[in-house]
Amino acid sequence: MMLFTEFVSPLMQSGSERIVMSKQLLSGNEAIAQGAWEAGVAVGAAYPGTPSTETLENLVKKPDVYCEWAPNEKVALEVGLGSAMGGVRSLVTMKHVGVNVAADPFMSAANTGVNAGLVLLAADDPSCYSSQNEQDSRYYAAFGRIPCLDPSDSQEAYEMAQQAFDVSEQFDTVVMLHETMRIAHTKTLVNVVGTRTDIEPRPYESRPEKFVMMPANAVRRTLAANDREDELIAWAEETPLNRVEMRDTKVGIICAGALYVHVREAMPDASVLKLGVTWPLPPAKIAAFAALVDEVYVVEEANPYLETRVRAMGVQLAEFPGGRLPRSGEITPAHIRAAFGVADPAHLPAAEGLPPRPPAFCAGCPHRLVYVELRRIKAIVTGDIGCYTLGAVAPFRSVDSVIDMGASLSMAHGMELAGASERTGRPVVGVIGDSTFAHSGITSLLGTVYNGGKGTLCILDNRTTAMTGTQGNPVNGVTLTDQAARVNPLDVPAGKQLDLVKLCEAIGVDEVQVVDAQNAAAIRQALKEATSHTDMLSVIIFKAPCRLIDRSRGKMPTIHDCRRCGRCIQIGCPALGRDETGHAVIDPNQCIGCNQCVQSCPFGCIEQE
Amino acid sequence: MPHDTSTNYGVAEGGASVKLDGTKTILLVGVGGQGTILAGQLLAMVAADAGLDVKVSEIHGMSQRGGSVSTIVRVGEKVESMIADPGCADIVVAFEAIEALRAQQFVREGGRLFVNDEQITPVPVNIGTFKMPEGVHEKLAEIGATVIDAGGIAREVGSPRSTNVVLVGALSTALPFEVAEWEDAIRRRVPPKTIEANLEAFAKGREAAQG
Repeated sequence: MMLFTEFVSPLMQSGSERIVMSKQLLSGNEAIAQGAWEAGVAVGAAYPGTPSTETLENLVKKPDVYCEWAPNEKVALEVGLGSAMGGVRSLVTMKHVGVNVAADPFMSAANTGVNAGLVLLAADDPSCYSSQNEQDSRYYAAFGRIPCLDPSDSQEAYEMAQQAFDVSEQFDTVVMLHETMRIAHTKTLVNVVGTRTDIEPRPYESRPEKFVMMPANAVRRTLAANDREDELIAWAEETPLNRVEMRDTKVGIICAGALYVHVREAMPDASVLKLGVTWPLPPAKIAAFAALVDEVYVVEEANPYLETRVRAMGVQLAEFPGGRLPRSGEITPAHIRAAFGVADPAHLPAAEGLPPRPPAFCAGCPHRLVYVELRRIKAIVTGDIGCYTLGAVAPFRSVDSVIDMGASLSMAHGMELAGASERTGRPVVGVIGDSTFAHSGITSLLGTVYNGGKGTLCILDNRTTAMTGTQGNPVNGVTLTDQAARVNPLDVPAGKQLDLVKLCEAIGVDEVQVVDAQNAAAIRQALKEATSHTDMLSVIIFKAPCRLIDRSRGKMPTIHDCRRCGRCIQIGCPALGRDETGHAVIDPNQCIGCNQCVQSCPFGCIEQE
Repeated sequence: MPHDTSTNYGVAEGGASVKLDGTKTILLVGVGGQGTILAGQLLAMVAADAGLDVKVSEIHGMSQRGGSVSTIVRVGEKVESMIADPGCADIVVAFEAIEALRAQQFVREGGRLFVNDEQITPVPVNIGTFKMPEGVHEKLAEIGATVIDAGGIAREVGSPRSTNVVLVGALSTALPFEVAEWEDAIRRRVPPKTIEANLEAFAKGREAAQG
């Protein structure tokens, strides 16, 4: 097939012997993987997190680079710092809230600096498309005083991924590559060179004065960071990554990242200072730009990161003639037009009275029956991050808190200390997924056991990191390399998988049991027993594979003599509805024959062959 | 494993062979799993092959679990923003009828709306907290939508999963790219065994839209 050879990326073939300049349509994440690879990156580490995940999933497919999933972002950054210290260029990727997890090594690494280049990709999510908050990672770059590069499309992401390694080595510093969801997940055309820079590992010699952060050394490294800051400001003033585009001088706009293309769309005649480096800012360049235009504005989203800093430089920012930009959420060209008083194009109003279509547990999802039972016993559920967060919405409405990775277990312990269960008469149950447990739940469980905590904790072990797209994790034993080779978690030998039962026993949990998450009666029994004991700590591992990795199908059940009680409907299966007369009906297009509805009918009216 | 996102493809060099009157915005809306991403990629390939600039914005993550999804494709000489604001879409292609109504405010004055004649009941309706809207066809007619039985056509050509390519066929009638370019993109992008069925789905989608 001649035509097929055309769209196989030249890099997929075998690397550096072929020099191909091609134009490719790449997402920001794909472009960063390509750029980092061309820059000679040798090690990649990450914990999956939308919108950063595909970066390493693409990098791992390229030759001569090793990539791995770490159990969490702190570990990923430490692995990357170790490999950079050891002399090879390293890339660490994470979503914005992952940077919080990695903040401890981050703040020290910001002072130690590197040996070979180390780049941290931080992917933000304004408007929380798939996140619990919309924090701006650039505050961390400023906090650690490390350079931050901010691409506006995939071409820039590709180029900046390469420049970031050069900057890292030139200034002996970790570099943050910052993107938002629109950059990460928008495919734009990239001129791909396709050749990898051949970089020899840097020699390693022990340098305790640089990497051993005991007080005397830490003080000296802080002084080094002070000098580095001055050098970086001088660099930021000169680098073409910060670009002045003069047009009409009435309006001048300072912006970065995705906001640059939105500003160009909404205000094509405005002059622009496009910041490709968002830490440190170039004070002289900003002042010079402000002097060239009548009115200067900052356009940014979610957090006033640039605005606060530009104002602190003494630059007088103008008030938007049409009213200020939204203080939270993603900013679109329409918001910018409105702020400048430019009318929106005419359009129909939003339709009213439409039913919402929120995400829901898939047909056959192994989380469903656990939530049916938690709802039945009116449990106070301290929840966690993953698909099972959807237990918070109708028809379950059974989750009381979702805060951060691992919080379910430690917050359940806190609720126990508050006597919440005794005062409400409702059992407190912590609910966490397998990958989230490996990420941050283990230390939470350890804390509870160590302090003699009691109660019921559930690990929903669906054999994968489902929410971000069925990645491998220590529990299913699928490495990122396995994943690239399309290894199914269900085919991994037990010896490669983290044994949750043994782990819980070793930690000292009083009672550990494994229950089939597709068996409603067993779930009911296990939860009933566990929540009736007030003098012990029980961990129930509800185990059944996610339907995205287990594609097996059963026969569609049949419904006879339906009594219209609605119990089956309230398990929230997308394949179950009612007809005009209120009888339950199954949608054959969505049903996978999982048997959950059969178990939910109290009258035995739903049967499966 | 469904997480292979590395659909990189080469794109012909050279100047634009197709002239567009400004940047065109195409919004593809549907329900998670309906194939809006593939449809968006076919359009992007055709536009890029014609030497145009392209941006394709996709939503990943939580909404894929049966929620509303959208893909934005913008094509032109030089594309700036990747976002479609209300009143800015030249063409909206809805893979599901309720999602078509949900997206109606995005269509610009004089723009086109192609709709797959299928309604997927959202979970909030199944569990009785919301009702399906009444008179969906009348509402679609009122806003000038072109309604196509894309699912039916796909089943007719023996490839139910090609509903998205039927809709791409419909979409192609509103853009100035050659049929051969679309067919070429389909050949390069879909699994080899399904090429013939998809080409037929595309042709029938064109016919249905030209009605």
